[in-house]
Amino acid sequence: MEIFANPKIDWLGKKWIFLGISAFLAVAGLVSILTKGLNLGIDFTGGTLVYVKFREEPRLDQLRSALASAGIKAEEVTRYGDPDEHQVQIRMARIATEATQDLSLESNKIIEALRGQFDKGAPAGGVDLNNISRSSLTQQLQQMDPEGFGKRASVSDTAQHYTDLANRIIDYRTEQGGVIRNFSELSGAGVPAPVIKALEQRAYLGNFTVVSVESVGPKVGNELQTRARNAILASLVGMLIYIAFRFKPIYGVAGVIALFHDVFITVGLFSLTGKEISLNVIAALLTLVGYSINDTIVIFDRVRENLKLVRRADLATIINLSVNQTLNRTILTSGMTFLAVMALYLFGGDVLNGFSFALVIGIIIGCYSTLAIASPVVLWWQTYQDRRNKAAKAATA
Amino acid sequence: MKKNLKYRLLVVLLITGVCIYLFVPPSKKLNLGLDLRGGIHLVLQVVIHDALLAEAEQVRDRIDGQLREKEVAFSESRTVDKANSPEIEIRGVPPDAQPAVEQQLRDYSSSWTFQTRFGDNQVDYVLQMVPAVRKALAQQTVAQARETIRNRIDQYGVAEPSITVYGSGDVPDQIIVELPGVDDPGRVINLIKSTARLELKLVHPEKSNPFSSQESAIQAFGGKLPEGYGVLPYRDINETGGQTQYLVVRKAPSVTGRHLKNARRSQDSFTGRAEVSFFLNTEGVDLFSRTTEQNVGNRLAIVLDDEVRSAPVIESKIASDSARITGTFSSEQAEDLALVLRSGALPARISILENRIVGPSLGMDSIRSGIMASLVGMGLVLLAMVIVYRLAGVNAIICLIINVLILLGVLGYFRATLTLPGIAGIILTIGMAVDANILIFERIKEELRLGKTVRSAVEAGFNRVFTTILDTNITTLIAAVFLFQFGTGPIRGFAITLAVGLIANVFAATFVSRAIFDWYLQRREVVKLSI
Repeated sequence: MEIFANPKIDWLGKKWIFLGISAFLAVAGLVSILTKGLNLGIDFTGGTLVYVKFREEPRLDQLRSALASAGIKAEEVTRYGDPDEHQVQIRMARIATEATQDLSLESNKIIEALRGQFDKGAPAGGVDLNNISRSSLTQQLQQMDPEGFGKRASVSDTAQHYTDLANRIIDYRTEQGGVIRNFSELSGAGVPAPVIKALEQRAYLGNFTVVSVESVGPKVGNELQTRARNAILASLVGMLIYIAFRFKPIYGVAGVIALFHDVFITVGLFSLTGKEISLNVIAALLTLVGYSINDTIVIFDRVRENLKLVRRADLATIINLSVNQTLNRTILTSGMTFLAVMALYLFGGDVLNGFSFALVIGIIIGCYSTLAIASPVVLWWQTYQDRRNKAAKAATA
Repeated sequence: MKKNLKYRLLVVLLITGVCIYLFVPPSKKLNLGLDLRGGIHLVLQVVIHDALLAEAEQVRDRIDGQLREKEVAFSESRTVDKANSPEIEIRGVPPDAQPAVEQQLRDYSSSWTFQTRFGDNQVDYVLQMVPAVRKALAQQTVAQARETIRNRIDQYGVAEPSITVYGSGDVPDQIIVELPGVDDPGRVINLIKSTARLELKLVHPEKSNPFSSQESAIQAFGGKLPEGYGVLPYRDINETGGQTQYLVVRKAPSVTGRHLKNARRSQDSFTGRAEVSFFLNTEGVDLFSRTTEQNVGNRLAIVLDDEVRSAPVIESKIASDSARITGTFSSEQAEDLALVLRSGALPARISILENRIVGPSLGMDSIRSGIMASLVGMGLVLLAMVIVYRLAGVNAIICLIINVLILLGVLGYFRATLTLPGIAGIILTIGMAVDANILIFERIKEELRLGKTVRSAVEAGFNRVFTTILDTNITTLIAAVFLFQFGTGPIRGFAITLAVGLIANVFAATFVSRAIFDWYLQRREVVKLSI
């Protein structure tokens, strides 16, 4: 199958159209970054993020007022993920300074406030089956001994029996996404009736469970911002040096200008869409730097080959020829990687959403920038050099 | 040629076989990262300054004692807390006492250097810690903190914990703790960060009753506490009814946690409340009995992390080796306190810089979606390759599968930890793996268009693009190296899978693919290549 049988497109002739598109995207991104800014994740800003999952449809207004009355200034209380999963994300900026306050306290405060609001009716001293740990549940079951096992069997057998039982209950809870909705479900999971009955008396099913907590101190955040920037810049310099070494310095410069263009436009789109820039997104950007240079290398490689083969033609013709010769490859490789990344974007879950978004955008921009940015830069430089050489010759003549 | 081909195919089969062996069964050979299994990731910072300050205070105390013993005149000694390193000052030394002081200070010259500050007819000496000594002490503090934390985690019982020292400064002072599978974060974080410094301190003999506030305690002594005494908060369920009051106690402890032999959870025989019993070693018993003998009628405060837990009156000399810490403990809390006491005190406070807790259900979701995305991604790429390249597409598919097998095998061999970004790295490898195939196939097509025979077109296709493939993979590898440098944990997992995937990719796309082509072309006379 051929996508383009024998393309004869004058790419360099269309450079003003390409540059126009790039300029538009870059300026839009820049304006957005300057006015709206970037939505940096707590990895970079510092702060606390608590994800909770509710048994029933969560009332966000109740949640907000519970936090407010506990004196917690939540920056953001939003739903996330599949609406049927009843999940809520609470983000809180860090107020306390590193030295005086303990990071783990902040998430605890949020969780306590939620408990006060949503588990008001919980029996005093009862254990919350939706948040209890494996070891605590084991201990509880051993103490209660609802099956009267202790009278019949040895201590270690009893311990083993209730450890297994606790594991079964916790594994079931995990299977259900962390929340058990009612006690009767447990019989389906193979928990004996007397145990369920005992649990009903001693335990309760909390109305929410804590899915995950992320707390980052301001020091770590600031450090990471610097490191992320340095890592991206360093990898760009790495590319510059490698390509300059393998080809000519100007090819390296052109390649890196194209890369910078890709990263900048991708970051600009993150600003425009308001998507969060997390640690994973930085990883995606770095991957992009390594990947999107590939197209450029393939074309430069072909230009070098053609320069030897077609001695007569000028550089513009050779570049056009090279781009056309490798066009099928460029589209196919980017297309294949795009398919994989698209699968990641659609099915990879919430955690990787930003990561795959950056790659989806980056691969498109990267494919385009080789044609639109890298080649014209090389051509311009060559034309400029030729003109200077001519002028120098004329001067000596 | 034919013989050569046989060996090449054998190599491919062998490598594939070894790699399959290395990662099957994946549940045993591949570790799941915290983000997939659930667990805790903590970045701790050891407050090294604490240890430096304690060292300075100890040295000051010793010099002070020695000077007093030799009856050398000076007005006071004190420890001055400076941002980078604390200083000791011996103040108000009259001129005739200078030689004696300097002689004394020279004993410490290997770790403390002194300078003189001249005043009116008297001299102050300022001692500073030698930088190399300070560095060694800092390193020792971090190492000891790490050891203590490891000890506590081991006693609590976590499978495969990872505790590493990390940091960029002169002395790395951060400790990264990764505890997979832990589902009780609050409890474990408390275990890790409690300093657990246990001390027995004598309460001021004249004014031994608790005060309602710090100010009133100081007021009771006329606005200035006597030398060597300090105020500590006091909370005791029986005595203060759970409210915070204050006691004036001697700064220097009579017995410390260093004299501890063991500690365990116990139960008050009257109330049934959980409490912690601790047991002293021989030296501790000695100190304890001497202290109690000399201070009958006084109160002895049991101080944990600068808070008085109880302060019983000494009825008579106690020669026993055990004592109790009472309070409103749950049995779990008592268990934990006994554990941290057994494992020893942290040499310095610890602050938590970063704290990530992943619940097990989130991890399970991530695994599900990771596998889903991998399968869909792989399916799409395979389908597209067959549509575009027909039979040659099958060649690419075999390469892709071998590529992924090698990647998993290498990860299995190194017992690498598979993280969610690591799975993303595998998916990305799937997408990028076929790039090299496409590059070769397109070149072969071009060569065929130029009228070359199938065999020479294949030959030219592989030879011409080999350097290009190398170049493209090396640039991505460079990016992966920077990525590894930049990231921790999950990001590193991604960088590793990406890097291994790239190397496997070069092998699969050139060596394996070529061998398959040669094998195919060897067996029959192919006039038209299905590509």
